[in-house]
Amino acid sequence: MSEESVVPRLAPGVKFRFDAVRDAWVLLAPEKLFMPDEHAVEVLKLVDGTSTLAALIDQLAATFDAPREMIAEDVAMMVRDLADKGVLRL
Amino acid sequence: MSAPHPAPPMALLAELTHRCPLKCFYCSNPLELVRASGELRTEDWLRVLDEAAAIGILQVHFSGGEPMARKDLVTLVRHAAKLQLYSNLITSGVLLTDEAMAELLEAGIDHIQLSFQDSEQQGAEFIGGYKGAQAKKMDAARRIKNAGLPLTTNFVIHRHNADRVGAMIELGAELGSSRIEIAHTQYYGWGLLNRDGLLPSREQLDRTSEVVEEARARLKGVLTIDYVIPDYYAARPKACMGGWGNRFMNISPTGKALPCHAAETIPDLALPSVRDHSIGDIWAHSEAFQKFRGTEWMPEPCQSCDRREIDWGGCRCQALALTGRADVADPVCEKSADHALLAGFIEQADINAPLKARG
Repeated sequence: MSEESVVPRLAPGVKFRFDAVRDAWVLLAPEKLFMPDEHAVEVLKLVDGTSTLAALIDQLAATFDAPREMIAEDVAMMVRDLADKGVLRL
Repeated sequence: MSAPHPAPPMALLAELTHRCPLKCFYCSNPLELVRASGELRTEDWLRVLDEAAAIGILQVHFSGGEPMARKDLVTLVRHAAKLQLYSNLITSGVLLTDEAMAELLEAGIDHIQLSFQDSEQQGAEFIGGYKGAQAKKMDAARRIKNAGLPLTTNFVIHRHNADRVGAMIELGAELGSSRIEIAHTQYYGWGLLNRDGLLPSREQLDRTSEVVEEARARLKGVLTIDYVIPDYYAARPKACMGGWGNRFMNISPTGKALPCHAAETIPDLALPSVRDHSIGDIWAHSEAFQKFRGTEWMPEPCQSCDRREIDWGGCRCQALALTGRADVADPVCEKSADHALLAGFIEQADINAPLKARG
C-alpha cells in the first residue's frame, strides 16, 4: 500500500500548465509531453510540493463530494502511475 | 484541394546554426552547411518564438550544429521561458562553461541533452575530431547536475564504438543522468555519406540490444534508457517526426521551415521561409507541410496498412535517399518493394571504409 504521508512533487524538469490554444492542461517533461486525462489533471492541480497524499485525497473528496474511502485508492494509484512515468517524485 | 485545418504542432526544432566545434562523421546536418552570415538574426528567432507560442507549440528544442555557438542563445532561452515554452538545449557541451551554465539557468532553461561520442577519450576524438572534448563534456555534465537540472546523456552508436555501449551506459549513470539515449546513427547528411564505415554488423547490433536490456533492468527506478536501433535493421520504419506536418516543425539556420530535418534533399519541394511567412501560416497552408501530411498521399503498401497512422509511411527523406523517390514507402518497412536494398547496404559496410569529416 502506498503511504498517505508521502509528499508528491513534480520531478525535476517537469512542468504542468494550462495551454490556452488547446484549452487543455499539459505536462511538459524532458523530451516528452503528456496530455493528462481529467482525473490526473484534478490530482496534479493539487500537487504543490508540500501537501501530502492524504491532504490531496481529503481535498478531492471535498471537492467532488465523494466518500473518502471510495477515491483514496484511485488517487494513490494515479499518483504511483505518474511517478512510474517520471512525472512525479514521491 | 485544401486539407482541413491541422491540429497545432507540439514542438519546434530550432536548428540555430550549422557551426560546430566538432566534426562528427555521423552528423545529420546537410552536406551544404550554412555559414554564419546566412543565419537568421536574433530578432527573427524572437519573432518565431512569439509565433510558436501563439499557435500552440509547447516545447522548443534548441539544436544545431552547436547551438551554443550562437551568441544570442541565452536571449532566446529567456524569451522562450517568458512565453512559457519548455526549452531543451541539445549540445555537445564543449562550450558549457560555469558562466554559460549560470546564464542559461538564470534565463530559464528547462532541460539539457548532452551528447557524447564515446565512453573513452580516444574513440571520442576519433569521431568528433576535437582534442580534449571528453573532459569538457564530463565537466559540462557536472555543471548541469549542480545546476539542479535533469540530465540526458546521448550516445550515438556506429560500427566504431558499438562494442563499448556497456561502458557508455556506465558513464551516463556515473554522471547522474536521469535519461540515457543510446541512439544508433541515423543515416542522413554526413552520416549517409559515411554509411559504409558507420553501419554496424548484425552481431554488434544484437550485442548492443542485449547490453541495453540488461542495463534497463538493472537501472530501473534510477534512470531510463531510450534505445534507437539503426533503421537499416528494422522491420518497421520509424514514424519520422511523428508524421509529416503532424507534430513538429523544424527551422533551419537560414529560416527554412522543414517538415523533416532532411527535407531540403527532396527535389521540387518549395520550402517556405520564416523570413517571408508566419509559422502559423506555414503550418496550416504551405504546400510543403501539406504534401505528405496525413494518409491521402500514401501509395501501397502504406495506404491499406493498419499501421499507416502509427508509422506514417516512415521517412520521406530516407525513401528518397535509398530509392530516388520521396513518395514511396520507406524501404525500412519489410512490406516495401525496396526493402531488399537494405541487406545490400549492410553487406557493403566495412570498418575500414574511409570516413569524411564534416566541413
